[in-house]
Amino acid sequence: MRKYVPKDNVQAKSYYTDRFWVAPRVPRSTVEDTHFLAVVEAVGTQANETYVELGQLVIHINPKNNFEVMKTLKEKCGYTQCSEQSAVDYLAQDNEFELFWQLLNINEAKRIRVICRLANGLAIESIEPLYKSANFAEREMFDMFGIKVNNHPFLKRILMPDDWEGNPLLKTYPLQGDEFASWYEVDKIFGKEYRDIIGPENRDPAKIDTEDTKRFSRVGYEVPFGADISEGETKTAIEYSETFLVDYNKNSSKQLDERR
Amino acid sequence: MAQHQVNYASSAGLPIALTSVDKLVNWGRSNSLWPLTYGLACCAIEMMASGASRYDFDRMGTIFRASPRQADVMILAGTLSKKHSEFARRLYDQMTEPKWVISMGSCANTGGMFNTYATVQGVDRIIPVDIYLPGCAPRPETLQYAMMMLQKKIRKESADMKKNTKQDLTTQTGKRARLI
Repeated sequence: MRKYVPKDNVQAKSYYTDRFWVAPRVPRSTVEDTHFLAVVEAVGTQANETYVELGQLVIHINPKNNFEVMKTLKEKCGYTQCSEQSAVDYLAQDNEFELFWQLLNINEAKRIRVICRLANGLAIESIEPLYKSANFAEREMFDMFGIKVNNHPFLKRILMPDDWEGNPLLKTYPLQGDEFASWYEVDKIFGKEYRDIIGPENRDPAKIDTEDTKRFSRVGYEVPFGADISEGETKTAIEYSETFLVDYNKNSSKQLDERR
Repeated sequence: MAQHQVNYASSAGLPIALTSVDKLVNWGRSNSLWPLTYGLACCAIEMMASGASRYDFDRMGTIFRASPRQADVMILAGTLSKKHSEFARRLYDQMTEPKWVISMGSCANTGGMFNTYATVQGVDRIIPVDIYLPGCAPRPETLQYAMMMLQKKIRKESADMKKNTKQDLTTQTGKRARLI
């Protein structure tokens, strides 16, 4: 068993912070592959930065050039599939979204990630004319982040209801929903006047009380039911039954001479 | 049904059984419970298994119907998302009286592990529930047991549906309202 560390109020604050901890990063290397070098040459000056990460070429572009870059990659470099497209919320840090497109060349068995930074409030050009899969992916991006897509054939929410308010994948959106979300089904079915009749949602707060000895017990620190452990509990050694454990060094055991 | 010693020979071959209207009606209602074919999530797999040959709901007179107009019981089997709640309620409204509801599994009962913005935290927020069936997911035997408990409940009810009170919701304000 691992050393006991007091975990007071573990839900509210982190009990361990390392000042010198650096987030691990995937190693990046320069482009050496001949196919990727040809891709970088085809994209040309529209690429701001290129490198290889985990065997995939990553191309940083300007959001204005996304359609032209994607067209080059599809028609000249053979990237005929757009397997994934979405965004990452960096609003708090930079007031920007990071948009990415994951492309696949099935003939070469190579993948490319195209990345751009889009300022909050700006729209991106749709790549639906090039990749049909972008239709749903862009709708999901619009639904989850509120990023508008220009020239999309049918830009409408795809996962959440049409009359939903808020974009759930934004980092500012609460996990258990805002007020609109918590009353959505009541408002929609019965109307707002039924709110006080049905009442608020009863949610599990997932709070862990470390001094609660009625429901929890820690292995090696067992105390009687309902005991007060606000002063700290004593460690009780775990005793194992001898008959239950197998003694592998016992002389009575027999090694088979040969396989039967 | 009342148990009587009937002498068929002396009463000209006419079998006689005495009972009350309530018992006769409830006998009919409880022994042909037709649930709606309506699955929401993984609990629906268990519900389908209950209806299939191994567990065999048919032997209890329980036959899944594809139309809410022909169904008596709504088995809410699985996670009810907020987007879908409107349609679940519409299906419930389309069912003809008398109708009963089984909330199957943790997700339908309380929202379960989906403590998120998109899941209804218990289907009893929108539909009055008769039987809460715990489990994640409940096995087919458990669903059969729930159906038997529902039969027991129906047999205690009055044949006149107006006398039967559905679930009352007591609010924090002390106001009571019937979720029709």
